Amino acid sequence: MVTVNGQPQNAAGQSLAHLLEELGFSAGRIAVERNGEIVPKAQYDALLLEDGDTLEVVRFVGGG
Amino acid sequence: MWAAAEGLPTREEWDAALLERIGPALWERFQRATVAVCGLGGLGSHIAVSLARAGVGTLLLLDFDKVDLSNLNRQQYKASQIGWEKPLALAENLKEINPYLGLECHTLRLTPENIPSLLQKADVICEAFDKAEEKAMLVNTVLEQLPQATVVAASGMAGLGTGNSIRTWKVGKRLYLCGDGKSDVKDAGSLFAPRVMLCAAHQALAVLRVLAGEPDV
Repeated sequence: MVTVNGQPQNAAGQSLAHLLEELGFSAGRIAVERNGEIVPKAQYDALLLEDGDTLEVVRFVGGG
Repeated sequence: MWAAAEGLPTREEWDAALLERIGPALWERFQRATVAVCGLGGLGSHIAVSLARAGVGTLLLLDFDKVDLSNLNRQQYKASQIGWEKPLALAENLKEINPYLGLECHTLRLTPENIPSLLQKADVICEAFDKAEEKAMLVNTVLEQLPQATVVAASGMAGLGTGNSIRTWKVGKRLYLCGDGKSDVKDAGSLFAPRVMLCAAHQALAVLRVLAGEPDV
């Protein structure tokens, strides 16, 4: 089980990019922390999620 | 250009007045800090004014844009400054408030390539852009490439929704977010000075709390 913004997701073994797409996040407008560390954008495709991972996905909206 | 004019307080008087209000411990922490403000619109111009008043020693002001008539409903510029480069216009306004503020102005567009060198000396970096993609680019680049810096970013402050939904939250050790997390300018249609200022005030307060050694929200 992987926790995404506090919600459990059955995503262990999936790539981060796949999970983000499945959850409807737009990769160009987010930042992702995995277990407290930033995930570099270049690693989204290759990073395979592990059981127990905690993800925080920060979504940016326009305006400033 | 910014030498104190006749009748302005001296540096010693300025420092003494602030020291008396906030005490030597905070005064020193704020005075020796360098804070970058990236984007000098409704968020960035208000963040900079707050930090200049609070006694932050040095501000880096970065924006590629010029002051436009359409900015004056919510940004800290004057009609007489329309057409000026924003970093220079804001620098002038900040110096009128605090003549002894340290300033570094850059009129340019921040990119993943120039961010590491331009922002290297900043203790705290404020993300105050308007486009979601640019916000994400800055936050990701800083967190990936500048391991000493804390980032204070904003997401969601458009429209006339209640001010009570604007808040500050923390993600990991080095990222603070301010806003309601939702109100996109493309849905809300416009930005209003007080709601943008609320978000900017959350960001400026988060900066001061980080500098004061109070990392919790």
